[in-house]
Amino acid sequence: MSERSEPHAPTQTPQLVRPYGDTTGDGMVQLSFTLPIAHSKVAEGAAAQLANKMGMDPAMVVHAKPMGPDFTFFVVYGRVNHLVDTSKVEIVERDYPLLTPKEANAAIKRTLRRRLVVVGGCIGTDAHTVGIDAILNIKGFAGEKGLEYYREVKVVNLGAQVSVPELVEAAREERADAVLVSQVVTQRDAHLLNTREMSAAFRESYPAAQRPLLVVGGPRFDETMAAELGVDRVFSRGTTPGEVASFLVHRLTTRTAS
Amino acid sequence: MKTTGKLGLDAAQVREARTLARRVGRPIVRTAQRHTTVSVERATLRLAGLAGADSEGTPWVNRLADVVRADVGLEHGLALPVWDALLRGEADDLEPLAQKASAGSITFRLPEGKDAIRAAKASHKAVGKGIKQIDRRRVERERMIAKVGDAPRKPWIYLIVATGDIYEDIPQAQNAAREGADIIAVIRSTGQSLLDFVPEGATREGFAGTYATQENFRLMRAALDETSRELGRYVRLTNYASGLCMPEIAALAGLERLDMMLNDSMYGILFRDINPIRTFVDQRFSRQVHARAGIIINTGEDNYLTTADAVDAAHTVTTSQLLNEYFAKEAGLEDWQLGLGHAFEIDPEVPDSFRLELAHAMLARDLFPKAPLKWMPPTRHMTGDVFKGYLLDGFFNLVGALTDQGILLVGMMTEAVVTPWLSDRDLALQNVRYVMNAAGNLHEDFQPKPGGFIVNRAQEVLGDSIQLLKDIEGHDNGLLDAIADGTFGLMKRPADKGRGLDGVARKARDYYNPATEILEGEA
Repeated sequence: MSERSEPHAPTQTPQLVRPYGDTTGDGMVQLSFTLPIAHSKVAEGAAAQLANKMGMDPAMVVHAKPMGPDFTFFVVYGRVNHLVDTSKVEIVERDYPLLTPKEANAAIKRTLRRRLVVVGGCIGTDAHTVGIDAILNIKGFAGEKGLEYYREVKVVNLGAQVSVPELVEAAREERADAVLVSQVVTQRDAHLLNTREMSAAFRESYPAAQRPLLVVGGPRFDETMAAELGVDRVFSRGTTPGEVASFLVHRLTTRTAS
Repeated sequence: MKTTGKLGLDAAQVREARTLARRVGRPIVRTAQRHTTVSVERATLRLAGLAGADSEGTPWVNRLADVVRADVGLEHGLALPVWDALLRGEADDLEPLAQKASAGSITFRLPEGKDAIRAAKASHKAVGKGIKQIDRRRVERERMIAKVGDAPRKPWIYLIVATGDIYEDIPQAQNAAREGADIIAVIRSTGQSLLDFVPEGATREGFAGTYATQENFRLMRAALDETSRELGRYVRLTNYASGLCMPEIAALAGLERLDMMLNDSMYGILFRDINPIRTFVDQRFSRQVHARAGIIINTGEDNYLTTADAVDAAHTVTTSQLLNEYFAKEAGLEDWQLGLGHAFEIDPEVPDSFRLELAHAMLARDLFPKAPLKWMPPTRHMTGDVFKGYLLDGFFNLVGALTDQGILLVGMMTEAVVTPWLSDRDLALQNVRYVMNAAGNLHEDFQPKPGGFIVNRAQEVLGDSIQLLKDIEGHDNGLLDAIADGTFGLMKRPADKGRGLDGVARKARDYYNPATEILEGEA
């Protein structure tokens, strides 16, 4: 879904804009949707009414097609009178750039000059590997391939019900750059307790400068809790492998560079 | 030179490719024959009628299998110790036996001599009933097709439903069938492939899919039977025999008259990091069940192209198809049951991408003239530009029409954006209908030019695939070593690693499994 960047630098963005059909300022937009009613004159009127309410005026219902007895699909073209103020657009800044797998691989090759090692698993009694597998398995999640897909990332997935000592041991043996832990079960705050136990164990067995990056994730985590849990990053619901990879690459390659 | 198919492939070269696939596959089959797995044994118990779960949701087959294994090991198979216990009067049926076993009140033993013969006989009889049930289901399907009618044309149109809730899936599936689907696939919940048990009962929540359970199978098949009668054509149902419980799910599919099952020889190994031996043993058993049940398998070659480049890796698809064909036929499946997979995944920015797609699809068609082939739509280069995606899907459909595909998974322009909306599905089906209506018979007029781009490309891919099979054969340990060193995709999967390895046992001399005996026809 990413937009390709323009080959030439755009002229300065005007502050106030309207949608563009074929004439500056015409405000033309297109819209398609389904209404759960049979196709009829009334249905077409209903579609125009919806478009009007959405701010399209005039709205032209250019296409209406019945889909089975109970639904109708519409395409509507029309003018909106809204002005967009680009100076008031708010964007949430991520503190690391999103990389494609290719870019991530290149960055690792360039700065680490070896493969980045990731050890992952579900700790405690949690047998839900859905999260860790979505991030690590090549199968991936949300259309993105998992970290196994990255040529320059070595993935050691320990699977479910890994004890904290086993995790530390595996991280040492593999000389892990990063440790990924996923926690789905939240009964009696198990996810928080397990995470604290895990981060404490890593602090104990590693000098601070050599400790691998600690990352936890799960649907019930609050992303602002990293410091409190003693980890480097918390990822919540809907995180994709590409985001995790980009974060790891950003933190590990800038650490080496500095 | 004797040639074959529209591409005029060298018949000797095609024979060579098959011979190599057989040589590469045979040691794997021997390994599979020498091992059993917890899931094969549990599937055997399921065929003997053991169903249901305890109050925590752990299936009785798992409970019983775990206890028997702890007492006598897995290497003899579970049938002898289990039916020995029944004959000794420990319980009068499998479920009470499983209950007592998990309460710790039964000790299992490995029967010997006459006791062993009696236990084998009794287990054979019990499992035979399950297999008879599968046979009856197959006849039921054939009768129903004869009575209500079959899908009116090829390719069969394949649509997916996946809400997580079986009671939501049912009306969606029925609607999809009314809109034109010939096949309904219920996508499984993310992560089910890694569960070492089959969940029980009707399920209402799943992650991006619905759990495969016996009850869900039954409910959906019953609903589609109703819709088949309403529409006057038999609507097929598909699910997934993959992951750690492949044999059990295959058995349940046979018992509940599913019609197609996703079942790939290497997908679990490469994409789910399931142990290779576990996968090959489970796969062979599950395919034997599918063969018996008259189920069409769908293989997963499309997955290679979602990770590797579709031009560079085209020959890995062909190689995998050849291996899947060998393993399938060895397990007793016939040509009409081989929905070998391939996909339209070449980057549309590549020059001549359509000609390349056509060459690859024609190669699959000419190599496997009697197999239905499963044609998978673009996913990787669907960007969220739904307009461009719609065009791409049109070209995908055109290749399908030109190469006489048996099963066409309908491409959605909203791939990678949202789970398909009602209107997405409607538009997608219009796309398929337009292309089939406008160009469905174009293959009659279409003959690629000898020595032309398409013919040359197909020959190149076949040549590369033969070379790959030779490379695999050149490894000390053949296919297992090739999988271990990352020959397929980027994944290195050694034979002694991966999930589910602890559920594999080398068969002892006195191993006995009545299901295998019946399915292999040695009874």
